Amino acid sequence: MSAKEEILSRITSALRDAPAPGPVPREYRMSSDMPEVELIELLVDRLEDYKAHVDVVDVPQLPATIAERLKDATSYVVPHGIDTTWLPADDARRRIDAPGAVLSVTELDGTDAVLTSSAVSIAESGTIVLDGSGDQGRRAISLVPDHHVCVVPVSSIVRLLPEAMARMDITCPLTWISGPSATSDIELERVEGVHGPRQLDVIIVKGL
Amino acid sequence: MKIALFATCIVDAMYPQTARATVKILERLGHEVIFPSGQACCGQMHINSGYMDEALPVVTNHVNAFESVAYDVAVAPSGSCVASVKHQHPVLAERCGDAALKARAEAVGAKTYELSQLLVDVLGITNAAEQLGSHFPHKVTYHPSCHGMRSLKLGDRQLDLLKSVGGIEFADLPEADQCCGFGGTFSLKNADVSSAMLDDKARNIESTGASLCAGGDASCLMHIGGGLSRTKSDTTTLHFAEILASTITEPVSVTGDILVGKAGVR
Amino acid sequence: MSNVFMGMPTLPVFGDGNLHIEETFPTAAHRELGNTQMRANLRHATHTIRDKRLKVVAELPDWEELRDAGSATKNLVMANLPALLEEFEKNFTARGGIIHWARDAHEANSIVAGLIKEQNTTEVVKVKSMATQEIGLNEYLEEQGISAFETDLAELIVQLGHDKPSHILVPAIHKNRTEVRDIFLAEMPNVDPNLTDEPRLLAMAAREHLRRKFLSAKVAISGANFALADSGTLAVVESEGNGRMCLTLPETLITVMGIEKLLPGKEDLEVFMQLLPRSSTGERMNPYTSLWTGVTEGDGPQNVHLVLMDNGRTAALADKYGRTALNCIRCSACMNVCPVYERTGGHAYGSTYPGPIGAILTPLLTGITSEENSTLPYASSLCGACYDACPVKINIPEILVHLRGEDVDSKRGEKKLPSQMDLMMKGGSWAFSSGKHLGLLEKGLPLGKLAAGRDKKIKALPGIAAGWTQSRDIPAPPSQSFRDWWKKDHTPVAATNKQEK
Repeated sequence: MSAKEEILSRITSALRDAPAPGPVPREYRMSSDMPEVELIELLVDRLEDYKAHVDVVDVPQLPATIAERLKDATSYVVPHGIDTTWLPADDARRRIDAPGAVLSVTELDGTDAVLTSSAVSIAESGTIVLDGSGDQGRRAISLVPDHHVCVVPVSSIVRLLPEAMARMDITCPLTWISGPSATSDIELERVEGVHGPRQLDVIIVKGL
Repeated sequence: MKIALFATCIVDAMYPQTARATVKILERLGHEVIFPSGQACCGQMHINSGYMDEALPVVTNHVNAFESVAYDVAVAPSGSCVASVKHQHPVLAERCGDAALKARAEAVGAKTYELSQLLVDVLGITNAAEQLGSHFPHKVTYHPSCHGMRSLKLGDRQLDLLKSVGGIEFADLPEADQCCGFGGTFSLKNADVSSAMLDDKARNIESTGASLCAGGDASCLMHIGGGLSRTKSDTTTLHFAEILASTITEPVSVTGDILVGKAGVR
Repeated sequence: MSNVFMGMPTLPVFGDGNLHIEETFPTAAHRELGNTQMRANLRHATHTIRDKRLKVVAELPDWEELRDAGSATKNLVMANLPALLEEFEKNFTARGGIIHWARDAHEANSIVAGLIKEQNTTEVVKVKSMATQEIGLNEYLEEQGISAFETDLAELIVQLGHDKPSHILVPAIHKNRTEVRDIFLAEMPNVDPNLTDEPRLLAMAAREHLRRKFLSAKVAISGANFALADSGTLAVVESEGNGRMCLTLPETLITVMGIEKLLPGKEDLEVFMQLLPRSSTGERMNPYTSLWTGVTEGDGPQNVHLVLMDNGRTAALADKYGRTALNCIRCSACMNVCPVYERTGGHAYGSTYPGPIGAILTPLLTGITSEENSTLPYASSLCGACYDACPVKINIPEILVHLRGEDVDSKRGEKKLPSQMDLMMKGGSWAFSSGKHLGLLEKGLPLGKLAAGRDKKIKALPGIAAGWTQSRDIPAPPSQSFRDWWKKDHTPVAATNKQEK
């Protein structure tokens, strides 16, 4: 018997006296009608609690805000699908990561910052979801550089995780980010900044 | 109302004054109290120690005893024993393959109340001084025993009753929700851990400056009181029923002695 | 797979690995209780996390509804496990992942070692994983000449300190910041000799230490928190980014997971991702969660494996009163609220799984008769704090009591003299199974009063009862039981109050 056959047979045997399971009650909150202004407020509060820096801007202010957040970076990477109108013009500091023209891990390690967009955000838990789309890039680019500047369109913010889950394609490589990297491993006290980006700047864009 | 008293074995044998206080309170309210004479013990010591075969006759006896007489509700001055009657008896009967006993145990359990549950939820007592004449002019703190708090979800019923006693001075117990470390035979099998838990409970009680620590389970109170006694503490323990039973004319002392008149003769 | 074996009960096959405790719990607890520094560290840490958990749980108006959904989902998963495993395998494989099945710890270890050797490397990076702790993977790989580098900060502290984990979420919870600094100074190559004990700087030192390993590793090993059957997706929940490093940068990723980790689909993940972070670190959400479904071209590892492991889980599943222990999502809330764990620490439990869940899961995985594991279910005062805190509502106290019953029953067949506890329980069974018997015994109460002496206290008892009198007195018994008083001295009062319920 293969290991698989044997394990499945053990399970079947183990369950022979098991009662039929009941239905799963789903009485928890699955939708919310929180107005946009409150959604933004809640998300900002949660992200700041995680020690992320947050700007809330209108579309026209976005390029200037991005430029401001990236001003100390000597180099930054963007995914190939990012909206180039957001970016500082003719910037020699910019590196583009694209299919067929990917940056090596060493190159990423030598890059100060990364700018991405995001797929969906959950206000209640302060969570931003990246799904590997063209404006977010492959997972390594938002991981190795020490400073992540992340654009969150207001239209992508929901209040609850179940609302966000409905918008996610679960088979994409997903990264849920709730603040900069952190640890609670010493005396269970949270300190920010370990292996992931130590600095997370979020730019929430109204009208996008 | 006709109320069947389940005294519990430890109160029956070691703390009879707790059961007498329970009777006194209920009779003061005009209810008839009966004592089903076949009763002995809920069996949780056996069940919690894993001796299921030995527990079965104990549980069967309890069900028989509380089926053989007519009453409206049963009451016990113990959260732990009531939790056993309500939750453990049907589980044990099922484990022992006795479906009929399980159904009978569930019926008895449904009619059984912990004392504060009965007083607050059924008899509508919200002010012990006014409704029971309770008077106890001492500084008191309170330990909520685990099974009452978590299995029966008693909430603040015992606490609120105590706070409404005339003349009482109440002191909050730090880390009140932490177990005292009794746990039945846990205190024997894991005596070191149990003692470490007891030390912290005793220290927290002493920090309140109260004359005594009240509670709703004689077993936990014996455990805590035994620890306080060993360290020569002046603080004692007392069941809340005895505090509720204490009145101006028939006061109870901090050690549970029933005093008659001003001379304080036992 | 055909179901030809259905209906043919097989004996449970128990698990192996770091699950067998070598000394009894009371013996180990006695030693650990003497470590006052550890007790102070644990007290501080567990109280910190308790407060945080209560605060974030209170924020959710639907916490109990989430627990109900989580509990019911896990019961559903266990009941449908064969079908869900097959569904998961089909979807994971369709997207380029490779599944391996392991009956036990040894089989899982050898599969992982074989996969590493195929990549011609002798170094791997690891994300914290309970499953690989359970099977002793690091030790096995070391025998095979492969170095496994733990990358989670707490696991790193344990590994550098040649120590053992004492908590499933924070394996170095028994160490305080100063002790961590001392370990780093002594064991970490090229560490700044002026390193202080500030947690932020200690975390920075770990970052420096591991950075090159992450960037150059060819193979990573992880566990998984959840696996979604209807899509073939795996999830890892973490904080530091070491998980993202391991799951993203190496070419080969090997995940080891118990068969009980499955969820039907993403609508279930939404429940568990609300329950888990709040219950474990007391955060609204953990900093990073990674989800992957097989292989994604051009993004992350291109050689993706999953080892699905039994190692005693089917034996636990066969225990009808104990099987809900498999519903555990390894949040550690039960140990954080446990008064016994708080005082003894995790090492006293001698298994990969300490605390209340460990006291039931360990003997369920190994069988109650394995070595000293039968002492674990007694490591609880049954206070119930664990059941209240459990996000999937595992009735740990009830399973503890059930396993005590299994232990007592397993010893009934042994031909030896009854223990003092056996005699006490047999005597108690006689006394407490009849009001007459108890009444008869109570006639002897005045004797006890005599034994207590002048100060009305009993201060020393023999045998197992000496455990009681090591730190507690017993009051002198009364001269008359309640039963006796009722019969002789109570004047019945007829009901005057006709108030009905």
